[in-house]
Amino acid sequence: MDPSTILQYTFAGIKIGGIYAMVALGFNIIYNTTGIINFAQGEFVMLGGMFMVTFSRIMPLGAAFPIAVLAVVIVGCFLERATIWPARNGSVISLIMITIGGSLLLKGLAMKVWGKSSFPLRHFSSEEPIKILEATIQPQTLWIISVLLLVVIVLALFFKFTLTGKAMRACAANRPAASLCGISVDRLVLLSFALSAGIGAVAGIVITPVTLVNYTCGSMYALKGFAAAVLGGLGISTGAVVGGLTIGLMECYGAALPFQGASSYKDGIALLVLLIFLCAKPSGIFGRAAISELKRF
Amino acid sequence: MLRVQNLRTGYGNLEVLRNVSLHVDAGEIVVLIGANGAGKSTLMNTIAGLLRPREGKVLFLGEPIQSRRASEIVSRGISLVPEGRQLFAPLTVLENLTLGAYSLPRKQRTLAVQGKLEEIWGLFPILYERRRQPAGTLSGGEQQMLAVGRALMSRPKLLLLDEPSMGLAPLVAKEIFLAIRRLRENGTTILLVEQNARAALAIATRGYVLEVGMIVAEGKSEELSSSKEIVRAYLGKDYKEVWE
Repeated sequence: MDPSTILQYTFAGIKIGGIYAMVALGFNIIYNTTGIINFAQGEFVMLGGMFMVTFSRIMPLGAAFPIAVLAVVIVGCFLERATIWPARNGSVISLIMITIGGSLLLKGLAMKVWGKSSFPLRHFSSEEPIKILEATIQPQTLWIISVLLLVVIVLALFFKFTLTGKAMRACAANRPAASLCGISVDRLVLLSFALSAGIGAVAGIVITPVTLVNYTCGSMYALKGFAAAVLGGLGISTGAVVGGLTIGLMECYGAALPFQGASSYKDGIALLVLLIFLCAKPSGIFGRAAISELKRF
Repeated sequence: MLRVQNLRTGYGNLEVLRNVSLHVDAGEIVVLIGANGAGKSTLMNTIAGLLRPREGKVLFLGEPIQSRRASEIVSRGISLVPEGRQLFAPLTVLENLTLGAYSLPRKQRTLAVQGKLEEIWGLFPILYERRRQPAGTLSGGEQQMLAVGRALMSRPKLLLLDEPSMGLAPLVAKEIFLAIRRLRENGTTILLVEQNARAALAIATRGYVLEVGMIVAEGKSEELSSSKEIVRAYLGKDYKEVWE
């Protein structure tokens, strides 16, 4: 394979990997405050795309973006209050099952509201590919990369410098001690759902121009994002970004492997990575085994 | 200040506290001694709101608090330094302390944090040197100081200390007891749980003895430390004396 083709696949890998990274970040935020894996994370991505498509019909993209994110944040809060909060004293496993139910519910509602067809969204800027060293990159890919960077930076600042961010880290480190400091864990759980719904929505909005959106597309993002989170080490932000980009790149290089029908095995790669890591190193690349032993399931 | 009345707490079928009553007056250091498994930590966790009692009352400044959540009890003025310190290990010393003040009203927080930090640096100068280090990298003694400091950040009226000397070298434990003594001089009211009964009675005004979930003795520190039965059970025999 010549270098320019490899570069081309690299761009494609970064594009989709950036989305997986954002989904994985969403998984981590909820995991850190509650210890549960929120399988409705993919639906936040789907809903972000759906709301964006709807709002972009009546207003410019710049205005539709924040409103679509806000709409998904509200859905996220509602989901937490309606399904997780009433069962907050239940076991981690039952809470995880509740999120699977929540995911199915959101998917069903989306099908009711938007129907079964796929919707396109116009690109944020021109669709004219930019030429870099014999390969081309779509401007939308640059949007995805910058949005990912922005999300990572804002999250890092939030967790490092705000009292609420510190409280969320404290909650992740030691929940009983956090409540002894006067931190209301209930409220942080709600906030973590709001945050991950928002990040999921952002991911859904920036990817929709390249992939279209329909009511089923969330599950695939959830699966890949989960694989990315496990690969990087559950709960670790750097891990989520590295994991997401790695899975994205592996998929795109995998699709280019020189055998018949290689590209149809693309979706299996994330699953393969997930299986390998869950069996061989469940704490992920950045996780420490000692910490993963303390995790609650 | 604090009045515990007929408290019963348990886990599942197991009843750990069986009808415990005690009180702590303002300005006192009250020590709770008892063997492993007597229910000392259970009592502390119940007062702090981490556990719900099955029966009985916890009155703080005249108001019942036994059904309040831990986060509300802190803002009412009771701060627990839990057994085993329970720090936020990945967060820095400074962040741990700042979070200690989380329960203060937003408006006065910044100012209060500054003032309280000065006080804690004065009490434990080593914490100031280590302020940018993750709490998990501190030594056992330093971690205990940080745990006490974090609890003090919320400006508690009553400080609950659960085994502050646990797992510390004797010299370090001595330092912790010195700090507790200094806190008392500043007028902090303290309820202290200790295995090291001799050291605890030396700084306390009164004490209770807890045995399998029941208070079996109470009295002034001097009375307790001279009671033969308590000396035998908790302070260790002095072989020079003849007991029989």
